[in-house]
Amino acid sequence: MAPSVVLVTGVSRFLGGNLAARLAAEPAIERVLGVDTVAPVPDLRRRMGRVEFVRADIRNPLIAKVVARAGVDTIVHVALSPHPSGAGGAAATEMAVLGTMQLLAAAQNAPSVRRVVLESTTAVYGASPLDPAVFDETTAPNDLPTRGYARDAADIEGYLRGFARRRADVSVTVLRFAGLVGPRVDTVLTRYLAPPVVPTVLGDDSRLQLLHEEDALGVLERVVSRELPGVVNVAADGVLMLSQAIRRAGRVPLPVPPPAVATVGRLLSAAGVGAFAPERLRLLGIGQVVDTTRLRTAFGFTPRWTTVQAFDDFVRGRALRPLLGPGQLAAAERLTDRGVRGVLHALADVAPHPPSSGRSA
Amino acid sequence: MTAGPTGGGHTVGGDDAGAPHFPDARVIPLRAATPQDPTPPGPISGQPPTTDDALAAALAFLRRRLSGDYTVDEFGFDPDLTESVLLPLLRPLYRTWFRVEPLGLQHVPDDGGALVVANHSGAIPLDALMTSVALHDDHPAHRHLRLLGADLLFRLPVVGPLSRKHGTTLACTADAERLLGAGELVGVWPEGYKGIGKPFADRYKLQRFGRGGFVSAALRTGTPIVPCSIVGAEETYPKIGDIPPLARLLNLPYVPVTPTFPLLGPLGAVPLPSKWLIEFGEPISTVEYGPDAADDPMLVFNLADQVRETIQLTLYRLLGRRRHTFRG
Repeated sequence: MAPSVVLVTGVSRFLGGNLAARLAAEPAIERVLGVDTVAPVPDLRRRMGRVEFVRADIRNPLIAKVVARAGVDTIVHVALSPHPSGAGGAAATEMAVLGTMQLLAAAQNAPSVRRVVLESTTAVYGASPLDPAVFDETTAPNDLPTRGYARDAADIEGYLRGFARRRADVSVTVLRFAGLVGPRVDTVLTRYLAPPVVPTVLGDDSRLQLLHEEDALGVLERVVSRELPGVVNVAADGVLMLSQAIRRAGRVPLPVPPPAVATVGRLLSAAGVGAFAPERLRLLGIGQVVDTTRLRTAFGFTPRWTTVQAFDDFVRGRALRPLLGPGQLAAAERLTDRGVRGVLHALADVAPHPPSSGRSA
Repeated sequence: MTAGPTGGGHTVGGDDAGAPHFPDARVIPLRAATPQDPTPPGPISGQPPTTDDALAAALAFLRRRLSGDYTVDEFGFDPDLTESVLLPLLRPLYRTWFRVEPLGLQHVPDDGGALVVANHSGAIPLDALMTSVALHDDHPAHRHLRLLGADLLFRLPVVGPLSRKHGTTLACTADAERLLGAGELVGVWPEGYKGIGKPFADRYKLQRFGRGGFVSAALRTGTPIVPCSIVGAEETYPKIGDIPPLARLLNLPYVPVTPTFPLLGPLGAVPLPSKWLIEFGEPISTVEYGPDAADDPMLVFNLADQVRETIQLTLYRLLGRRRHTFRG
């Protein structure tokens, strides 16, 4: 059954706003309601077309009236901010978790609701040395922090499971997104790589599995237009190492000894360069590598960008100016090679002569 | 950014095959190692490299690292780094220091998944590293052995990430089955700390083989088990004592006392130059049992015992063959 009235939360941000715009372009969908606490930027608002923007806080019971009065049948909850800041932890939790509870309470009492889609994150798998290298949808987290982004995501998924139990007639989809990158989206990773010199943890390196912003929108659009219930990992093919990503973006890594990481992070953010400490990346759904078999088979979606392609598209799209580009590196390689070889050959030409000439003399 | 991941149509194999072979005035193709090619011309392929070859390879490697032009798999395995840096660092230890003699390499399949199961000893997992050098350098198919390591390894800074790049992953059924299912050669040391941290007096006495998880992984993926017996690692760091309070403080399973460590300080960390033999035994096929057999604990225990017995008997035979611990 195609949806007729869709409610999208978080429309002033990239994912929610662009999804609402795409849904509004589909004539089969009768109404698209976009909810957020702040109005989208004018450029995004223009693209959203016939989307009815409702300026509301989903933590407010008013949201129940909106859902009931419009006869919403599909709710797309873009719950998690893609750039959770370290400082605003408590406020972010309040917004994400309590907002979700209120929204689900409203949905539970609205008989018109047939489908709920939740945007979640691969951060729900936690980060522990006891973890398998690749998580599938059934892997339980070994070590989830007691608060913060990953915990919020896990709690939100928990509330949705409770909702699904109470409203067995509603089809529920949970999309666990890997770290988003792309020319337009603003995330913790894109901010981390903005300054020319980025702090890294000395003696540490993590695997990154990413997702192109267009693929994220593509998946959301697909699960809204067809009924695809269940939990699914959404990530691009392949893996980049963090150190490799820093090099590909033309950034210079600044290894910081683990005990000093927090201090350096604070100093840098105080100085206005790069707002995020690298050790947090792993807890923000960027250090997790996931299995995407279910996405391909059950959901019939194959991401168009690989992790490396998505990352390179981000680097190109943001016009990040590398301090040393691949062209310069290749030139330096040729020069050094020619130079050192020249010296070696000169030495080789000189070397055989002295013993022979010495003996003859 | 000119060379995108989809760009660069020319294949590396073609370049190598088409390169003219003039031993004297050979023009080294600088583009030989393109981003798509994680394997630079290594010293194990063909003749010993000339200085020019080595220079070109080193510079190309440096450029790939500085521009991030290499590939890692989902486990974090970095073939470029492994072949260009890690294996060359281990090779002198393998060839000159321990003079490792690999035996029965024909029992390790050229392709497809297989599980190498070996005895563990020597306080530091040098035995696992040497086995991986043996299978890469001396096996005709130059296979990468993907090691399964304890979680302690992944708690350590530097060593943890480096192990992942070397192809090691956590010893858990999920990872083992994923690797075996992908047709990788996987190495496991099921005795774990009980084997590697046992006192010198117990040398070459196999300890309990974990809980047989490695057998279940092999059964579920239908891959053969290759028993592997390693002689020599026991004498590298003869553990004659332990410092439990220090181990507890450092959160380690043990802090070994050897005749030279900690007595001689850092010098005591140099392994003794024992003579090594690594023998790969006849593979034990698991495919005929079917994947459901992994749920039959009796079969799992029996197979684990069979592997353990094979390794133990081979160890005694190899010890008889090695006349002198250090001279061989």
